[in-house]
Amino acid sequence: MAFDPDRGWRLHHQVAVRPEPFGALLYHFGTRKLSFLKNRTIVEVVNSLADHPDIRSALRAAGVDGTQQGPYLHAFGVLVQSKMLIPAEPPSPEGSTTS
Amino acid sequence: MTATAPVPRLIEQFEHGLDAPICLTWELTYACNLSCVHCLSSSGKRDPRELSTQQCKDIIDELERMQVFYVNIGGGEPTVRSDFWELVDYATEHHVGVKFSTNGVRIDEAVAAKLAASDYVDVQISLDGATAEINDAVRGPGSFAMAIRALENLSAAGFKDAKISVVVTRHNVDQLDDFKALADNYGATLRITRLRPSGRGADVWDDLHPTAEQQVQLYNWLVAKGERVLTGDSFFHLSGLGEPGALAGLNLCGAGRVVCLIDPVGDVYACPFAIHERFLAGNILSDTGFGAGFQNVWQNAPLFRELREPQSAGACGSCGHYDSCRGGCMAAKFFTGLPMDGPDPECVQGFGEPALAQDRDKPKSHLDHSRSSSGDPSRRSARPARAPIPLKLLAMPAKAPQKFCNESPV
Repeated sequence: MAFDPDRGWRLHHQVAVRPEPFGALLYHFGTRKLSFLKNRTIVEVVNSLADHPDIRSALRAAGVDGTQQGPYLHAFGVLVQSKMLIPAEPPSPEGSTTS
Repeated sequence: MTATAPVPRLIEQFEHGLDAPICLTWELTYACNLSCVHCLSSSGKRDPRELSTQQCKDIIDELERMQVFYVNIGGGEPTVRSDFWELVDYATEHHVGVKFSTNGVRIDEAVAAKLAASDYVDVQISLDGATAEINDAVRGPGSFAMAIRALENLSAAGFKDAKISVVVTRHNVDQLDDFKALADNYGATLRITRLRPSGRGADVWDDLHPTAEQQVQLYNWLVAKGERVLTGDSFFHLSGLGEPGALAGLNLCGAGRVVCLIDPVGDVYACPFAIHERFLAGNILSDTGFGAGFQNVWQNAPLFRELREPQSAGACGSCGHYDSCRGGCMAAKFFTGLPMDGPDPECVQGFGEPALAQDRDKPKSHLDHSRSSSGDPSRRSARPARAPIPLKLLAMPAKAPQKFCNESPV
């Protein structure tokens, strides 16, 4: 799945988020992969994805503008690649979670 | 992922410990149909104080509340517990994923089909040789055939991505490509881990652990071919052999910081390789001053608080590799009788070997569930007889771990 920051994304339904002092742990029960969100801003953005039409506007709402967005977009690309995030619509077919 | 805010490096945060473990090993029983010579938990006979089904479910409830995403269930052989599948179902229904290690004894066609139907259960088949000859010398006669039968059943049932779990020894280190081929053949993933001198492993470690040349061979194999091979972050003591980051994983001892072990009677140890009174943090069933329950032990046990304090680099402080290996594995040092603030027995700089050549006093665990036909008789006779009681009193660690070196100077 190619990462397009100008469309909507959401957490895969098999992904759990555990808040931590440094940010959060993400665990995907389907792929059994663990990821780390290494600051609280990205946690806030991940948790607010449903309220925004695309990732750029979710970032702006969290106060991350312009060139600041670069590292965050990279991070979201990694989350898409590891299937932690899936397109908001149409709903992803079940088979997309290879294990 | 990225960090733009000025927060401490992740590894430092892990060293200070998290509110809940990232991953947790739970040995459900000391009973086992096999008697592998290197068994970490000296398993064989069931402990009469083993947690009941309800006690296990209560622990699962607590793990769910703490958002412990998954548990690595082992033993002993966990599938010989009559309530094993009930507990697996209970855990997955309560959002605690299960990965269990087995020698394959109960993975028949029906069980394989049931496992294939679950998204939340991961199966790890133990195999310590790519041939029956090498495997059975360590795990016992017939154990290779048993493991292969389990892999065949899982594969035939459509179970995706089982794990083949290999402890790397002097005798199988040349078989890494063969293990990988075996895993590929069953649509499985290879997982290789370090031989620890824990449990009965203490009796065979000197003869079974890979030689210095083999450690380099293993490191080079991991760097060249390890991309799709799991290691449980087990070989961080080798990370000084190459560039930082060449080995996947955190390269950190997580004992009591991000991992721990729950044993079959509810005792909590710092890690799966540390079943010894010195690494016993507390018991889930009994309140020994910091509250009962797993969360209290994890967050408040004095041992765990000690482990989350900055540890002394000791004799390794002036070594240029210290940032990579962080002095190696605590349990490997402890059970080979080396100082806790000195080099790992398999130190890549070779500092372990002269230390091992000296007179050593190898600490013996207070627990041994070996059946009488196996294990080192001298260890069993040295151990006081313990009457089975429903709840055991907690034996607190006598000293902080960083002071172990004061006890057995090399």
